[in-house]
Amino acid sequence: MNTLIDHIGQYTVDGVSKGAIYALVALGYTLVYGVLRLINFAHSEVFMVGTFAILVTYTVLDVQQYPALVVAIPTALLGLVVAGLASGGIALAVERAAYLPLRRKNAPPLIFLITAIGVSMILVEVFGLLLPRRIGHLLPEVFGRERAASLSVPYLFERRPVLTIGDTTIDTIHVIVVVAAVVMMIGLDLFINRTRYGRGVRAVAQDPQTAALMGVNQDRVIMLIFVLGGVMAGAAALLWTIRIGNTQSAIGFVVGLKAFTAAVLGGIGNLRGALLGGILLGVVEVYAAAITASIWEDVFAFVILVIVLMFRPTGLLGESLGRARA
Amino acid sequence: MLLELQDVKVAYGRIEALHGISLHVNEGEIVALIGANGAGKTTTMRAISGLRPLSGGKIIFNGEDISRLRADLRVVRGLCQAPEGRQIFPGMTVLENLDMGAYTRRDKAGIAADLARVYDLFPRLKERAKQAAGTLSGGEQQMLAIGRALMARPKVLLLDEPSMGLAPMLIRQIFEIITEISQQGTTILVVEQNAQQALSRAHRAYVLETGRIVKEGTGNDLLHDPAVREAYLGVA
Ligand SMILES: Nc1ncnc2c1ncn2[C@@H]1O[C@H](COP(=O)(O)OP(=O)(O)OP(=O)(O)O)[C@@H](O)[C@H]1O
Ligand SMILES: [Mg+2]
Repeated sequence: MNTLIDHIGQYTVDGVSKGAIYALVALGYTLVYGVLRLINFAHSEVFMVGTFAILVTYTVLDVQQYPALVVAIPTALLGLVVAGLASGGIALAVERAAYLPLRRKNAPPLIFLITAIGVSMILVEVFGLLLPRRIGHLLPEVFGRERAASLSVPYLFERRPVLTIGDTTIDTIHVIVVVAAVVMMIGLDLFINRTRYGRGVRAVAQDPQTAALMGVNQDRVIMLIFVLGGVMAGAAALLWTIRIGNTQSAIGFVVGLKAFTAAVLGGIGNLRGALLGGILLGVVEVYAAAITASIWEDVFAFVILVIVLMFRPTGLLGESLGRARA
Repeated sequence: MLLELQDVKVAYGRIEALHGISLHVNEGEIVALIGANGAGKTTTMRAISGLRPLSGGKIIFNGEDISRLRADLRVVRGLCQAPEGRQIFPGMTVLENLDMGAYTRRDKAGIAADLARVYDLFPRLKERAKQAAGTLSGGEQQMLAIGRALMARPKVLLLDEPSMGLAPMLIRQIFEIITEISQQGTTILVVEQNAQQALSRAHRAYVLETGRIVKEGTGNDLLHDPAVREAYLGVA
């Protein structure tokens, strides 16, 4: 307990940068839920695919640990593009291949849920087993070992202090992660709240039938939200590799579960709730790890979730993709 | 004929709600469709807008068979509806709701002109432009629903029970505005339970009873038809 109180500033800064990544992933759950009332459990693997896209790219380009800034920055931007394309693409592919046929048949919600879990498992096994067996010899650094093997991704940026207040140090990684996450989220928020397509998304979220009466193509809106959620997960994947420096085929499970918790905590369906929930969860986890043994941190996240939902069943900010503004 | 329904059938599951109705709307007309609760008026409107598939018959709009056209494309073709119960987007501002009406349009100048026209018809909406639509009164929400549909600059404006839940004075006002919209050149198909107002404003009208058209004529004819007076105007 004392270590937490003595170093509360440091723990908070660490927690915020951890939570910012959860928040980015949480946006994908929230966007899809807001429009389709579907919990897309395959979204955790959308994140995983992003980290693999980065790892493959860096391996092919032979990116080294801690390159000079003139190399690191373009490499990071390339990673963002590649992960955004891969995650956005896989999210869209899952929607078209798995969910669209179910919607056409008016399947009940439970079928969607089971399908989502199934797709999630398939993707984990494709990256954990199928690709290693089929193309492992082509890229042994990425697919050389099967299942749950931890694969290191070269660190692009060194952890260097940027600002020290008392014994709290904000370092380069904190700054990069938080600034990048906030920029992505502001971009998404502006898109949803200020553009014509964003208005279409909100209209479908509020009332799909009336949206259709106004000429909104619901199918296009659905594709759009899967891609947007995927791109945000791709950005999270980049920040994850910058902060943590490794990935594995099963990475989505824990990150996805935390991000989903963050989304529910903030109010699933609510974009700003995802931000709040993500940051809160990151901070709570870091605090909990400081007080107890760190193996308990996952438990704390869910304890907080249960407590919040007991008092506010719709999460902290309530559910409102449709009502994002007014 | 701008809009024509030929023997249109619509079913909910195994229950048929429309048993083959035929009606048409000529350019420039106000056509009323009147009928009691559950007659199938809303079902007819939803079929025209593409929210319910047909189980039989055809819908011809502007010479094109739109029976199987997607709902959003019907808006592009020039059909826009102010649905029953208004169905405004409560979380959006009044202005955003109006912008939703123009969702399929790209002609900025035309949209601005139509916004000015809607504000002209409904000055109240202009005062409340930045307000959340959910906070409007029932009458204001109806004005918003009509204004929103007008923002699509439809060839045919579809109105489903614009008088629903409004005080008599407000109903008269809404119908005056509907007449004005018609005089500005928009063709209108209006569904109503308030037969008095609808028939006195409409050029022609149809009477719908349990999924069948049982009568048609000019508004004036039906207004003076003894059976219609008894059934829909509360006159013995
Ligand atoms: N979603 C639905 N599922 C099943 N049956 C429906 C549905 N909607 C309408 N119906 C049935 O279809 C018939 C016509 O309903 P509709 O809503 O078109 O009537 P209406 O003339 O608009 O009535 P009102 O004046 O009350 O609005 C009714 O018998 C109704 O019960
Ligand atoms: Mg009705």
